[in-house]
Amino acid sequence: MAKKRDYSLVGESTRMAIETGLASAEWYHTDAARKTMKELMQRSDGPAIRDTLVWIVAILGSAAGIVWFWGTWWVVPFLFVYGVLYGSSSDSRWHECGHGTAFRTRWMNDVVYHIASFMLMRNPVQWRWSHARHHTDTIIVGRDAEIAVMRPPDLLKAALAFTGILDFRYSLPTLVRQAFGTLSDDERSYIPQMEQHKAVTAARWHMAVYAATITVAIALGSWIPLVLIGLPRLYGTWHMVLTGLLQHIGLADNVTDHRLNTRTVYMNPVSRFIYWNMNYHVEHHMFPMVPYHALPKLHELIKHDLPVANPSMWHAYREVWPVLLRQLKYEDYYLKRELPPTAKPYRGEFHDLDITAAAAE
Amino acid sequence: MAQWVEACAVDDVDEEDVIRFDHGGRSFAIYRSPENTFFATDGFCTHERAHLADGLVMDDIIECPKHNGRFNYKTGQAKGAPVCVNLKTYPIRVEAGKVMIDIG
Repeated sequence: MAKKRDYSLVGESTRMAIETGLASAEWYHTDAARKTMKELMQRSDGPAIRDTLVWIVAILGSAAGIVWFWGTWWVVPFLFVYGVLYGSSSDSRWHECGHGTAFRTRWMNDVVYHIASFMLMRNPVQWRWSHARHHTDTIIVGRDAEIAVMRPPDLLKAALAFTGILDFRYSLPTLVRQAFGTLSDDERSYIPQMEQHKAVTAARWHMAVYAATITVAIALGSWIPLVLIGLPRLYGTWHMVLTGLLQHIGLADNVTDHRLNTRTVYMNPVSRFIYWNMNYHVEHHMFPMVPYHALPKLHELIKHDLPVANPSMWHAYREVWPVLLRQLKYEDYYLKRELPPTAKPYRGEFHDLDITAAAAE
Repeated sequence: MAQWVEACAVDDVDEEDVIRFDHGGRSFAIYRSPENTFFATDGFCTHERAHLADGLVMDDIIECPKHNGRFNYKTGQAKGAPVCVNLKTYPIRVEAGKVMIDIG
């Protein structure tokens, strides 16, 4: 019987990951000329300013529509647009600005990062560190704080994620707890001590804004302030989950090659705007310094060394579904990505788990 | 005590770029600023083990390739999370087209 995975960040899997060298390991990178990579890594404010202006105008416009049409059915399309912009596109803005790659100018990254963190009910300090860990130890059990679907998969939980209910139920109490000055053992494992007080301060600011919003809603006798601030985390999260789940779901864990545990999926232009090109996720993990707007070029440059990208989200979910069903019984089972024949294999000792044997246990 | 060693030729480093220099089991990063001045720091990021020579030089900033942590490579100052510990810097000088670094 295979041993159950322990996803705690301070438990048995953590100890094993450190002992076996999976933690803080050297990861595979496709060879690329320094000159070309330098060009791709170059920062510029232009694309992100343009996209952010479109984003802000769309948010304000749809919010105005909600206020104007409140109480009629005409409000529904505005809620749909506003919800996705607030509850989903904020994730990619949080992500890119957290990396500091969206804008060249640092303060622009920081401003959008903090706004997007608030929209997502994410503590900006805690999540900056958890994401650093995610990049150091991507899908390493016991180390990665951002594994969305653990094994064996909880399919009900995964389905409910599209509604935002579970995330809301987790995020809000977490902020409340942090605002009262308590960080969990897991959080303390990846937030350096010198930064922990900042996490508490950030949580208090977030709670203050929510308290003000509730006060305004009560004073006005209206749901509108809450529909605009806070609740979109429920009704607008679905696109973030739709795109984000595909990043790593069903693929290998405990490997040190992003080609094997991360997925690139071709997507439609609207989703790519909302997701800021994070569908090129293998490329992002391998070279996190490349800004979102240069990821399609990076993809063209290195795709000869990567597994074939999924042609659509539909294709990717069809690929994942049977893997999840099988993992319900055999949690060691996973989708093994096929590398091109000319691609370089890497650290076979971590990758060559016999999945046939795993499935037969 | 000063210990000057030759790190590279001037032309080995492009303007606003960085290269790696290993010597005696230690690793350094050699920078050429946009103003055509040379600087040197420890090679590895103080956050996690990633070599800064794979990073991006922007003005007086070096950005780590792993987590985008930023340092001022002229002073070694860490510019915020996820880097919290400053980078050690080294004296550097150019002699007859060679970049010399004091690793003492």
